[in-house]
Amino acid sequence: MIELQIVTKRYGTKRALNGVSLTLPEGRIIGLVGENGSGKTTLLKIVAGLLTPTTGLAVSDNNKITRRVASSVAYMPDGDVFFSEFNVKQLFDFYSSQFKDFNRKKAKEIAEFLSIPLDAKISTLSKGNRGRVKIAATLGRNASYYLLDEPFSGLDPMVREDIARGLIRFTDTEWQTVLLSTHEIKEVEPLLDEMIVMKEGQVLAHKEVDEIREIYGMDATTWLISLFRQ
Amino acid sequence: MSMEFLPDKPIYQQLVDHIMGEIIRGTLTVGEKLPSVRDYAVLVGVNANTMQRVYRELENLRITETRRGQGSFVTENHARIQELREEMKEQLVESFIQNVQALGFTTNEMVHYLQKRGGSDD
Repeated sequence: MIELQIVTKRYGTKRALNGVSLTLPEGRIIGLVGENGSGKTTLLKIVAGLLTPTTGLAVSDNNKITRRVASSVAYMPDGDVFFSEFNVKQLFDFYSSQFKDFNRKKAKEIAEFLSIPLDAKISTLSKGNRGRVKIAATLGRNASYYLLDEPFSGLDPMVREDIARGLIRFTDTEWQTVLLSTHEIKEVEPLLDEMIVMKEGQVLAHKEVDEIREIYGMDATTWLISLFRQ
Repeated sequence: MSMEFLPDKPIYQQLVDHIMGEIIRGTLTVGEKLPSVRDYAVLVGVNANTMQRVYRELENLRITETRRGQGSFVTENHARIQELREEMKEQLVESFIQNVQALGFTTNEMVHYLQKRGGSDD
């Protein structure tokens, strides 16, 4: 279980996070939503151990999160990150050398599921296929937490659907948790157990998606709009 | 992402309704094996936890049975399926009557019209 306790993060005088407390239990798929600049990426990076809180505490199974958490947490950044001269197989080799939990067989299986050509040089792939490769490499790790920064952004509907299916197929909700930031709430809602809403560096709401529909009688998108109008 | 969901009802509930509909229509037959939770989740594009809840709910309603190590099957209890059919008929008529009354039609007026119009399988 990962927990943040009154975490703030300042960059100079700017407050990216301002007193965030939350619990990320095991076996859940959680959506992280909010406007650009609301602190989503900073929050993901703190959970990934890539940033240290200015004040407050980030803990994983009662241990303070440091860069070492990277061995059980798979972080997928926004945008292109790859060595474009590699082909997909070589990329998997590289991942395998970096992460003990990388399972080459699983990564290959995901690549096949997503119809990614393994021998193609990454620089020659379409944007959609680069998105697919990124998710295959990330989910290829048997991590307890997958932290995905905007996995659907800028991709066409076919690719978004493939990535969604890949997520359902290749994560095990018995023990793995996915935290993903997104703006595509309507599309992503069926994938989610919970939703965390960020605003100006704070958690505005953290709810079960079923509960939103049961209690408020509206889908996540409508609920979110009403939340921001208040 | 591949199934469209209504906004005012939990997704698991809509999937339960959908599967019950398939059983009543006969798309899913008595004793038929359902796909595994994971396979069905991937097919419909929902989270595996949601699909797990759907299967649990169907089992609680005695519409499916879980056989250890084999998966979920549509019940072989014909009486239960018949009962389900009646329940869904009731629900359908209930919501129809609500709509009719909301617009100020009388039930008699509607019955008369339905009889005059006839059905495709009369």
